[in-house]
Amino acid sequence: MAVMDYLTTRKDDLVGWVRKFSLFPYPFVTACCGMEFMSVSSTLYDTDRFGAALPRFTPRQSDLLMVVGTVSHKQAQVIRKIYDQMCEPKWVMAFGACATSGGFYRNYAVVQGVDKVIPVDIYVPGCPPRPEMVIDAIMMLQDRIANDKHPILPSEQPPPERS
Amino acid sequence: MPTFYEAIVDRLGPRCLRTWDSHGMLVLDIDASQLLVVVEALKADFGCALFLDVTAVDYPARQPRFDVVYHFLAPAQMQRVRLKLQVDEHAAEVPTLTGLFGSARYMEREVHDMYGIRFAGNADLRPILLYEGFEGHPLRKDYAMEHEQPIVPYRT
Repeated sequence: MAVMDYLTTRKDDLVGWVRKFSLFPYPFVTACCGMEFMSVSSTLYDTDRFGAALPRFTPRQSDLLMVVGTVSHKQAQVIRKIYDQMCEPKWVMAFGACATSGGFYRNYAVVQGVDKVIPVDIYVPGCPPRPEMVIDAIMMLQDRIANDKHPILPSEQPPPERS
Repeated sequence: MPTFYEAIVDRLGPRCLRTWDSHGMLVLDIDASQLLVVVEALKADFGCALFLDVTAVDYPARQPRFDVVYHFLAPAQMQRVRLKLQVDEHAAEVPTLTGLFGSARYMEREVHDMYGIRFAGNADLRPILLYEGFEGHPLRKDYAMEHEQPIVPYRT
């Protein structure tokens, strides 16, 4: 039994290592933060160095949902559907002040933070965030994935469904 | 030779409640009943071929409560004209301009969304920026600033 436990922890390390370097982001870009996203993902700052560069423009092939910009109540239905379409394992990054908290939009139209609609793993403040902050957030998320449990064996309990 | 603005005032002044100059732009205060006549004359005789905007202003303490504001542009002269008329909250109805300018359809829908002013004759006043089921009119001053009406229920 002890051997199985040991193997299971090594398995988590291996799967975590694989997953953290193959983050496929889905950029859900709604506003001006998108300019910053382009900057951070292209040559100068280059998120490719972290294995998180190739945007998949379909939620079914991606595992990191980057919510970049303001989300209005009408957009909330769209983002909820996109989140539901993504396969496990999936993570969500709230990119910029509007996605984290609604930013300076406190009115009838704007969702006060995308975490009111979908669960968020990592928040990047700033209006817009510096590229360094985004890279820092990606690295923090990678650390978390590396140290996380990855129950993929049939004998293991599947992770609880998040809503 | 009268200037563009002088010619308009000469011709349409009697139909207006007041005509005045606001930072170099001609403003005509009119009654809602004169709207179609005045706009038709502006379009046909003064070359105001572009309907730029219609919006409203809310003065909660005033009677009647709303100003409806129209802007027109005469491209040949590059001159703008502003029309203003007042409507009451309980009879917030203005004739539509869709017969003269097709673009009025969408702009009037937006004003209907935001201020609840009806445009008699505009057959399609469905929400355009808001959504079905939204209650109230968010740009009215008495709409609470933090009042939200989420479509997707918030997670707890």
